[in-house]
Amino acid sequence: MATPTFRGYRRTDGRVGIRNHVVILPLDDLSNAACEAVAHNIKGTLALPHHYGRLQFGEDLELFFRTLIGTGSNPNVAAVVVIGIEPAWTGRIVDGIAATGKPVEGFAIERNGDHNTIAAASRKAKEYVHWASELRREECAFGETWISVKCGESDTTSGLASNPTVGNMIDKVDAMGATTCFGETSEITGAEQVCAARAATPEVGEKFLKTWSDYNDFIMANKTDDLSDSQPTKGNIEGGLTTIEEKAFGNLEKIGRTTKYIDVLKPAERPAKGPGLYFMDTSSAAAECVTLQAAAGFTVHLFPTGQGNVIGNPIEPVIKLTANPRTARTMGEHVDLDVSGLLRREMTLDEAGDALLEMTVRVCNGRLTAAEVLGHREFVITKLYRSA
Amino acid sequence: MAAPHFLVHNTVDTTGVVVVEGVEAGDELTGWVMETDGTVTVKARDAIPLGHKVSLGDIKKGDTIIKYGHDIGLAVADIPEGGHVHVDNVKTKRW
Repeated sequence: MATPTFRGYRRTDGRVGIRNHVVILPLDDLSNAACEAVAHNIKGTLALPHHYGRLQFGEDLELFFRTLIGTGSNPNVAAVVVIGIEPAWTGRIVDGIAATGKPVEGFAIERNGDHNTIAAASRKAKEYVHWASELRREECAFGETWISVKCGESDTTSGLASNPTVGNMIDKVDAMGATTCFGETSEITGAEQVCAARAATPEVGEKFLKTWSDYNDFIMANKTDDLSDSQPTKGNIEGGLTTIEEKAFGNLEKIGRTTKYIDVLKPAERPAKGPGLYFMDTSSAAAECVTLQAAAGFTVHLFPTGQGNVIGNPIEPVIKLTANPRTARTMGEHVDLDVSGLLRREMTLDEAGDALLEMTVRVCNGRLTAAEVLGHREFVITKLYRSA
Repeated sequence: MAAPHFLVHNTVDTTGVVVVEGVEAGDELTGWVMETDGTVTVKARDAIPLGHKVSLGDIKKGDTIIKYGHDIGLAVADIPEGGHVHVDNVKTKRW
């Protein structure tokens, strides 16, 4: 297939967005109400309520700031209003996002109250919406797309067909110079040596094994049983997956046959080694993983599902595909691409990969995904441990 | 080949995946081996739901289950050829 182009929003920092959100971002749980009030007042804005931001410390606090600053900095976001309970950490978020050159302003609730904060933030949000609504898409090389992948409610059809479809596309777009990302550290258990061998260099492979081993040690230290109700999930088991090892080999099908990953990222860490495939240390829970990938700057997500995970993300469009004919039949409104024909030998893997690439280009051009139309905006921050 | 009843990733695999609904005990099943584009047949011993695994030969308790050409777990019971392979007779070697 010839390298496609798409029409995206070129941002001040040179990155390209495929959406044009004005985000109302709470620093903390206390500021959710004000953010939601502003988003109610000002049409065309998007509030991102979450549960955290208070008394976190150490590596967990660093991850928290990386997640919020990264979310605001994502090129799918045109401008940001930040609201926090107090001005210092609010300012830290604002300064982090401002480094991209995009419009951002912060508002603190202490000494103002919700009413005055909402009024002032609404005026700024209105200004941003008018401005953002006049931005225009321009022609961009497909290699400027940053694509993340993660599967969910997988079953055996995921490993047979929908994950290999994603892998086929990853191999194709890697050759086009795209930046791509996979994660799910715990869900590579059983296939970790095979995954390590897919690193571009032995050093990167060692870095992966260290990351996997640390996560596995954490699970072994905290588990109370063989995880048979959690990993695989009840849905995985209903779909025919029996063990974590089986799930892991299916999972790895998403990175294709030839592409090598060039670095291992911390959660929500922005890739810094140029185009190529990256591994990110993430949880295997769908919303946590996609939220971290979006915070690292990924702009479009490929999500194969077997039993029918319905996840979306507020700022990174999630394209859903399935190869399970029952899921395609009973949950069709969630499915952007049905590749169940692979199981019936009605299509080849190469054709399925091309169909996914074509759908991805359409979504990059502005087609809304099923998850966007259905209002799925699962924004879930990864928290590493208890607050102080 | 018409649409297969089950799919096998690799020739060394000891299980295949049923990809149609309604498989009953006694059904003669045709499988597609994706690695070699080959064909394999097996007679179902059990009703096997869409997406669940069928044993391609007699598996003994203590045997390693092979899929994707790799170790995916341990048989904790004997499984006859054509049997339903799942959580009642296979466990993880990890957690």
